[in-house]
Amino acid sequence: MARQLYFEDVEPGFEIGPLEKDPTTQQLVKYAGASGDFYQIHYDKDFAIANKLPGVILHGALKNGFLGQLMTDFAGEHGWLRKLSVQYRGMDVPGVRIVCKGRVVKKRVENGQHLVDCEIWLENAKGEKTTPGTATVALPSRGASH
Amino acid sequence: MANRIVDEEARKQIGTVGEARTYDVERGAIRRFAEAIGDPNPLFNDEQQARKTRFGGMIAPPTFCRSLGSPIPNVKLNMPAAFRGLDGGSDWEYFQPIRPGDRITVQSKLADLREAEGRLGPMVFMVIETSYTNQFGELCATQRSTAIRY
Repeated sequence: MARQLYFEDVEPGFEIGPLEKDPTTQQLVKYAGASGDFYQIHYDKDFAIANKLPGVILHGALKNGFLGQLMTDFAGEHGWLRKLSVQYRGMDVPGVRIVCKGRVVKKRVENGQHLVDCEIWLENAKGEKTTPGTATVALPSRGASH
Repeated sequence: MANRIVDEEARKQIGTVGEARTYDVERGAIRRFAEAIGDPNPLFNDEQQARKTRFGGMIAPPTFCRSLGSPIPNVKLNMPAAFRGLDGGSDWEYFQPIRPGDRITVQSKLADLREAEGRLGPMVFMVIETSYTNQFGELCATQRSTAIRY
């Protein structure tokens, strides 16, 4: 497991990631099978083009999964991802690298929980944030037994 | 401008609940889901290593619930039969881990219905709230997702 981060280790501005992903059409088929989302725009190029798309596109939920990975890596074994929100603003296509990143925005203690609010996003090769979002993670504290 | 599709009558459907569905969570399904995302975290992949963690065994990755589909509430909208659909995004909250062997009951509710004028005509935003509850009656997660129809 990766090194555990503690509440005291992060401050607003702390950078999360990057987590790089190189999605392929094969990955889209694997995700379709694993999730049960068989909408053809994710694996049938002719169908996608007939629906005015440039070709097959990534499942929004797969990008949600990538950002989930970014945040469970950040939380570590002793942290807990409390909230995860994503908005699909732009399309991503297989064959183009995408990068998941995040930044700590705020730290707070609530009901004894050490919470870290973050902004997160997935960006494409042009640096466009196709999938912005937010997350809240409870981190262990050095000052408290957990 | 008066809403053309989401009128007073359509909005009366807010709160409609879909049929509940129950799933047995299989270890292999969790592993295949993590593998599809390309997430090598031992918590989602490796029972032996996960046993040594505070969870005492494998758990599901945060978006695993996407594989536990539930029928969305049957909402009647005055739309052309051949509408297009888009996934607008999801807001998740997590309360308890989901583990192999869990029985998860999934239920969806229509939480909101809105309309906006898009480039290609009217767009309808359906906000669906889904709950994921385990065999002990503990709420594990909720998902609030926005489906766009146009």
